[in-house]
Amino acid sequence: MKKHSEPFWWTLFGAGGAVSALFLPILIFLTGIAFPLGWIEVPSYDLLQKWISIWPARILVFVIVSLSLFHWAHRFRFTLYEGLQLQNYHKIIAIFCYGSAIAVSVYSFYVLI
Amino acid sequence: MDSKKYKPQMGIFWWTDRWSSIKFILRELTSVAVAVYSIIFLFYVSSILQGKKTFEEFSESLKSPAFIALHCFILLCLVFHSITWFNLAPQAMVIKLGEKKVPGIVVALMNYAGWFFISLAILWLVTNLLGT
Amino acid sequence: MSQEKITLEVFRFRPEQEDNPVFQSYEVPLRKDWVVLDALNYIKDYLDGTLSYRWSCRMGVCGSCGMMVNGTPVLTCATFLQKFAPGPIRVEPLSNFPVVRDLVIEMTDFMEKLKKVKPWIIRKDNQEGPEGEFIQTPSQLADYKQYSMCINCMLCYSACPVYGLEPGFTGPAAIALAQRYNMDNRDEGQEQRMELLSTDDGIWQCTFVGECSEVCPKNVDPAGAIQRYKVAGATDWWKSFLMPWAKP
Repeated sequence: MKKHSEPFWWTLFGAGGAVSALFLPILIFLTGIAFPLGWIEVPSYDLLQKWISIWPARILVFVIVSLSLFHWAHRFRFTLYEGLQLQNYHKIIAIFCYGSAIAVSVYSFYVLI
Repeated sequence: MDSKKYKPQMGIFWWTDRWSSIKFILRELTSVAVAVYSIIFLFYVSSILQGKKTFEEFSESLKSPAFIALHCFILLCLVFHSITWFNLAPQAMVIKLGEKKVPGIVVALMNYAGWFFISLAILWLVTNLLGT
Repeated sequence: MSQEKITLEVFRFRPEQEDNPVFQSYEVPLRKDWVVLDALNYIKDYLDGTLSYRWSCRMGVCGSCGMMVNGTPVLTCATFLQKFAPGPIRVEPLSNFPVVRDLVIEMTDFMEKLKKVKPWIIRKDNQEGPEGEFIQTPSQLADYKQYSMCINCMLCYSACPVYGLEPGFTGPAAIALAQRYNMDNRDEGQEQRMELLSTDDGIWQCTFVGECSEVCPKNVDPAGAIQRYKVAGATDWWKSFLMPWAKP
């Protein structure tokens, strides 16, 4: 059963779905709407800097970002199969989806850790 | 006997035929919003790591109406993602307490409670630790 | 007193006379106590004896009268005409299956798939079982009972776009029935079935559209069964990945 990679991607998809469902709405509300519009005062740069210099905080950001990307990769792959009936190109699509998720995850690892 | 049969084909836009299919495709497409925002969030955090100037420039550019509109749209998609995700959770997660199965509605409510708690905790962190 | 009428637009396909299906309209009495199947029987008896369709029990148990009514797969014996008044009502064969004639679909593919998942109790010792009977508590019965309610009506296949697009997909009912036996404490065939269902045509093709569970007349919830199967399959995978020495 080990040869089959589908359970691996599905686990990442599921974990990413849960993490993004729990964390992303409040984060985008803050960074994308409430901060720019001044509804909530942006914490001072020094404070943000202090938070992000903590290891667990950076690891948490990495986990949220990379799992969210793998969530996208898996779901979007099947959306292309089903929504546009591209099953015949399943190899290219899989490489594109998981490949970009891996690439951006590696980049975020480099930036954050 | 091998008589000829009629084999129906699904059209490429089959998912526009029914409201439930449209909802399904929209649900699947929220993953794009998830990916886009997770990259924006990565940029946001990395701008903090790159220094005060980069961060302030990035924060300033987020104030443009186009960015605000984009973020509002993505927020809508993300909330749709969260709701559909938590609503379907009980079907995949069957929890048994001793002999009894925990009702699906309780599992869903636990998910919503987690969402609420995490959102509140982050909001509290940001507003209460301001400037300390 | 003039009897109210309702029009049925019925899918006709007669391979000896037409290459493409046509719709034929029939006017039938709109009676409050009539289901779509009653209307079809009325057509067959009084209007057009050439119409072909399957039916048997008329009480939602045999699972043979499934058709598309106004685009939704339903058991025609459990769908009242009144619901669609003033009509017309469009009656078509179950989608995603080849059509043999009129409302009759070819179900061989489903039968093959059903057999493939070994929907029976498998014992490792290959014996009948213990002396006397297997003991099963009400809670153990409750673990699989829901999945055992399936009547093989194939409405879920008809509702499943994944099956429509990928005819190789094992499909909702067969996987739910595999799960019915996996969850049965008397069964020891989980491994065999997992081997079959963790392939390309098995559980991983499902994208949890959820329509199968919506249309199921017996509340089997095949979509839930498949997701639980995925959780089990993923757990197995990680176990054998992290602890390759451990016996499954």
